[in-house]
Amino acid sequence: MGTPAILVENVTVHYGEVLALDSASLTVDAARICGLIGMNGSGKSTLFKVIMGMIKPDAGRVLIGGQSPTSARKEGGIGYVPQSEDVDWQFPLSVRDVVMMGRYGHQGFTRRPSKADRAAVDLALDRVELGEYAERQIGQLSGGQKKRAFVARGIAQGATMMLLDEPFAGVDKRSEATITRLLRELASDGCTILISTHDLHALPNLCDEAVLLMRRVLMHGAPELVLQPENLAMAFGLDVLNRDLPEPAHPATTESRG
Amino acid sequence: MELLDILLEPLSYDFMVRAIITTALAAIVCAVLSCWLVLIGWSLMGDAVSHAVLPGVVLAYIVGAPFALGALVFALIAVTLIGVVRNTSRVKEDAAIGIVFTSLFALGLVLISVTPSQTDLNHIIFGNLLGVSIPDLIQVLVLGVVAFVILILKRRDLTLYAFDPTHAHAIGLSPKRLGALLMGLLALTSVVALQTVGVVLVVAMLIIPGATAYLLTDRFNRMLVIAPVISSVCSIAGIYFSYYLDTASGAMVVLTQGVVFAAVYLFSPRQGLIGTRLAKARRRKAAALLVG
Repeated sequence: MGTPAILVENVTVHYGEVLALDSASLTVDAARICGLIGMNGSGKSTLFKVIMGMIKPDAGRVLIGGQSPTSARKEGGIGYVPQSEDVDWQFPLSVRDVVMMGRYGHQGFTRRPSKADRAAVDLALDRVELGEYAERQIGQLSGGQKKRAFVARGIAQGATMMLLDEPFAGVDKRSEATITRLLRELASDGCTILISTHDLHALPNLCDEAVLLMRRVLMHGAPELVLQPENLAMAFGLDVLNRDLPEPAHPATTESRG
Repeated sequence: MELLDILLEPLSYDFMVRAIITTALAAIVCAVLSCWLVLIGWSLMGDAVSHAVLPGVVLAYIVGAPFALGALVFALIAVTLIGVVRNTSRVKEDAAIGIVFTSLFALGLVLISVTPSQTDLNHIIFGNLLGVSIPDLIQVLVLGVVAFVILILKRRDLTLYAFDPTHAHAIGLSPKRLGALLMGLLALTSVVALQTVGVVLVVAMLIIPGATAYLLTDRFNRMLVIAPVISSVCSIAGIYFSYYLDTASGAMVVLTQGVVFAAVYLFSPRQGLIGTRLAKARRRKAAALLVG
């Protein structure tokens, strides 16, 4: 098996008094697609931030391909696809400009693109089938195309691990299928993919494994197993540890929630 | 009088030539910086920093140090204080900015009121375009060129910071450092523009050109060209207006920029209020012709 692509070991994070992650542990092997599910406030985005090294955990450690998150980032191994609502879609950049940003880690002081950079960007755009939209302003794409543009940025970057935050929010069924196919291709090329999602019904098609998160990892296994109603109830409905929890968002359900 | 004479006559005065050079330079540097400020949403920060440098400039005047040094120190103090108040109390950022910059500005006014030679220092507040001396010009030139060169060399990183700081972090850059760099350049640029329009109106030079260019294009690289071109043309036109109409020069520069923004806001073919409707009507007409 070798070194795991992602190793999260007993990670605890507090925001002031609030406990966001409670001794969470997670191991994902290379070239796997792992879906991260849990309700709002379950620590999904905190876990992402810890893996990317944006937050230093109060306890525990994180290794990316056996390295610290800092060195993994410096090597350009970590690609990130942001949540739609975190992006300023009016920003005056073309699709090509955004994908080129994936190359910045490989470039010199002024990030002047070389021939190789341009070629990598063209290749990435073709890979996600956005070649003909390269000169469009980034906001003038459909929901699914926007996601693919950011995946292309990760491809151009040469990321060996990609983190996707809610990739299916605001994306229609057809685009969802396209994105799923694309991610499966990337995984078969060796890219490790971690996806946080509310879209439970997409999981079995998309993921090799699923993680139920409620400040700690409640369960980690095959998507079909994790998606059993009684298991989902642990994360979405009732608290297995019998502590005070925030209001459960919804009763356990396998329906997709927008 | 012929147009050429109208344009050439003011240039026979040295002080007008210096005023035009200073203004054009300040206009260009401010305009380039403004492209990032309007996209990140730092307009209020620009307002804050440009006001907060006042005590620094006054103190520098008192001890005979370069204005820029005092201004930079107080810009840093202002940014630090804003951050501290925001992060360590329940006061939100806009309130923190409002408190810090007005207090520092007031401190500057108090310092001016107790410093002899008041006439000179009032120029800091309202600008003294027509009284630019050779050393002033050199200082503006050096600071302006330094800020401009750094902005242009680091433009791609700054744009990445403005667009997606998380990605900047993910590929091993430091969003914090890029933010600090932009803040430092903001302080430097404020000092450059101070000479032209004064503390109170600097913020106009730091916002209007970027906002105008943003309405005209959806490519950042083009904004970086459009903003300084519009800004320098407006500013020089403003000086000519103030010369012939005998009005306040700094204010005239800002007013001209404001009028041009209004025109673009109304008539820009992409974003303008009226311009987009005209374009739609033209398309409809063309379509009707095709059918008919």
